[in-house]
Amino acid sequence: MPAMRDFFHRRGKFRPERADDERADPQIPEDLWIKCPRCAELIYSRELERNDQVCPKCTYHFRLRARERIAQLADPGSFSEWDTNVRPEDPLDFVDSAGPYDRKLEQTEAKSGEPEALIVGGATIASAPVVLAVSDFEFLGASMGSVYGEKLMRAIERAGERQVPLVTISSSGGARMHEGLFALMQMAKTVTALARLGRAGVPHISLLADPCYGGVTASYATVADVVLAEPGALIGFAGPRVIEQITRQKLPEGFQTAEFLLEHGMIDAIVPRAELAATLATLLRLYSRPNSAANAAPALDMAVRNTQPAGLGRD
Amino acid sequence: MTDRVPHAEPSAGPTAWERVKLARHGDRPHAFDYLQELTTDWVELHGDRAFGDDRALIGGLATFAGQTIMVLGHQKGNDTKENLARNFGMARPEGYRKAERLMRHAEKFGFPVLTLIDTPGAEPGIGSEERGQANAIAESLLTMADLGVPTVAVVIGEGGSGGALAIGVADRILMLENAIYAVASPEACAAILWKDAGRAAEAAATMRITAADLEQFGIVDEVIAEVVPAHVRPKDTIRATGIAIARHLRALQDVHPRDDLSAIERLRAARYERFRRIGAWRETVPGANGYVADAISPR
Ligand SMILES: [Zn+2]
Repeated sequence: MPAMRDFFHRRGKFRPERADDERADPQIPEDLWIKCPRCAELIYSRELERNDQVCPKCTYHFRLRARERIAQLADPGSFSEWDTNVRPEDPLDFVDSAGPYDRKLEQTEAKSGEPEALIVGGATIASAPVVLAVSDFEFLGASMGSVYGEKLMRAIERAGERQVPLVTISSSGGARMHEGLFALMQMAKTVTALARLGRAGVPHISLLADPCYGGVTASYATVADVVLAEPGALIGFAGPRVIEQITRQKLPEGFQTAEFLLEHGMIDAIVPRAELAATLATLLRLYSRPNSAANAAPALDMAVRNTQPAGLGRD
Repeated sequence: MTDRVPHAEPSAGPTAWERVKLARHGDRPHAFDYLQELTTDWVELHGDRAFGDDRALIGGLATFAGQTIMVLGHQKGNDTKENLARNFGMARPEGYRKAERLMRHAEKFGFPVLTLIDTPGAEPGIGSEERGQANAIAESLLTMADLGVPTVAVVIGEGGSGGALAIGVADRILMLENAIYAVASPEACAAILWKDAGRAAEAAATMRITAADLEQFGIVDEVIAEVVPAHVRPKDTIRATGIAIARHLRALQDVHPRDDLSAIERLRAARYERFRRIGAWRETVPGANGYVADAISPR
C-alpha cells in the first residue's frame, strides 16, 4: 500500500515527458534555432519570439516565464509589481539529499533571476485595470509555498478593496514540500481570500498553463469565475506517471490535456496565446458594466444591432 | 553557511516515523467508531446528486452533546474487504462533492459541522481525473472557508495532503497525539526529494508532520493526548476527543449564536484571519538592511 499513497506532489524536478530537452542538444545553438518538441521543426528563435513562443508550424505552445506573460498581456508600462520584499523562509530547517532548503532557495534565485515563484501586481489590459498574479515555473516548478500564498492573498485583497478584477495565470507542480504543512495550508489561505472576493462581486479569471497540477489546481486556480486554459496544456490533480504506476492502466489518449478537460466539462474555454489578450479584454468589458436593470434598460433597444464580439465562443 | 544535520527527534515519545505507523495502524479507531461512541440518531446521507456515492467519505446528521450536527469523515475499512469497498479512505470527486453538498445543507439549518480527517490522500486515478478531482477539492475548500456555521475538524489518523485539507478549513483544528498531517506522504517526499522512497522515516522527521510540531507552528489548535496509542484503548481516546470537540463547539457557539447574523459574519471574519496568518515568510523593506518582520505564524 505505501506506493498508493504517493501522488500529488512532485515539485522541483517535475517535468512532463515532452520537456524541451532537445534545447540542450549541443548540435543546435540554442540562441539561434529551437526544435519544436511536438513537430520537430527547427524554428529560428527570433521568429518564435515574434510568434509569442508558439510553434508557427504546429501551434505547440512553449512555456513562458512569468515576466514574458506579463509583457505579452499588460499594456506597455502599465504593470507595477507589488510585494517584492516578501521572501521565503525555511520554517522546517528542511534538509534533503540535495542539501538545505534555504541554500536551494539561494541557488534557485541565482539561476532563475526571481526570488520566488509568484509575481503579483497591478496592470491594465486594453486599458482595463486588473490585478495580475502570474506563477513562474522556472522557480522550483512554481510550487506554492508561504510566499506564493501570502503574495496571492494580498493581491486578492487589493482586488477586493479596489473592486478590480483578478487575473491569475498558473503553471505549477503543486504545493512546495520543503515547507511542509505551511505549504498545504496556502491552498486554504488563498481560497479563503477568494471566498471574500466572491462576496464582493469582483470577478476572478484564471488561465491554466502547462503544466498545472496538485495543490494549485486543487485550490484557487480552478474555483475562478472563468477558467481558461492554453491549448495542449497538461492539467490535473495527480501526475500522469503516478496514476499510471498506481492504477497500472494505460492512460487514455490526450489524458489531462486542456482539450480533455474541456471535453469533460472542467474548464470554460481553451484560448490560443495569440488571442488571450483580446479574450481577456472582452471578458473584462463584460464584467465592467453596471449591473442593474435601470442601467440596462436604455440600452436594450440597441441589442438588436449587436455585433459579434471578439473573443470566446470558439473551441 | 554550515551544513546541518537532520532534526534530532525528541528523546521521549515515538519518533515521527513511529507515529506514521501508529496513525496508519489497522486497528486504530476510524470515523464510524467515533460516531458510534459519541453520537446518537446517526442518519447517513449518501451521494453527490451528480454521479455516485463515495464510501471513502461519509456524511450525515447525528445528535452530539444535545444538538444536531453534520458529521463528515474519511472512512477507512477495518479489514481488507471493507478497505477495498472504502478505497482505503481515499475519496473521489463525488466524495468531495457530497461533502460540499452536506456542508451547505448544514449551513441552511444552522447545524455545526464536525469533520474527522483520516485519509492517505485523494484518489489518484483516471476516473477521478476525468470527473475533476482537483476542482472537487477546490470547491470543497471554498465552501468550507465561507460557511456560516461553526466548524471543527479533528485529524484522527492520517492527514494526507489536499484530500485531507478538503474537509479541514475549520474554525478549530484538533489533532490526536499520534495522528499525522502532511503536505505529501513521507514515502512520496522521500521518493521525490531524496530519490529513494526507502528514506521515508528520514523524510517523516524532516517534514514536521506530528501533532506537536503543528501545534507549535500555530496550525493546530489543540493536541488530544493519547495516553496509550488509540488502537490500544480506543474508547478512552474517543471519549477524550469527544470532550475536546464539545468544548470547542460550545466556545464557538457561545460567541457566534446561529440566529445572530452579525455574529455569523464575525465567525467568517475570524476564520479568515485564522487562515490569513498561516505561513512562514520574511519581509524586507526596500532600502532597509535586514528584516523588519519575521512572520512565522504569529498567533
Ligand atoms: Zn511544432
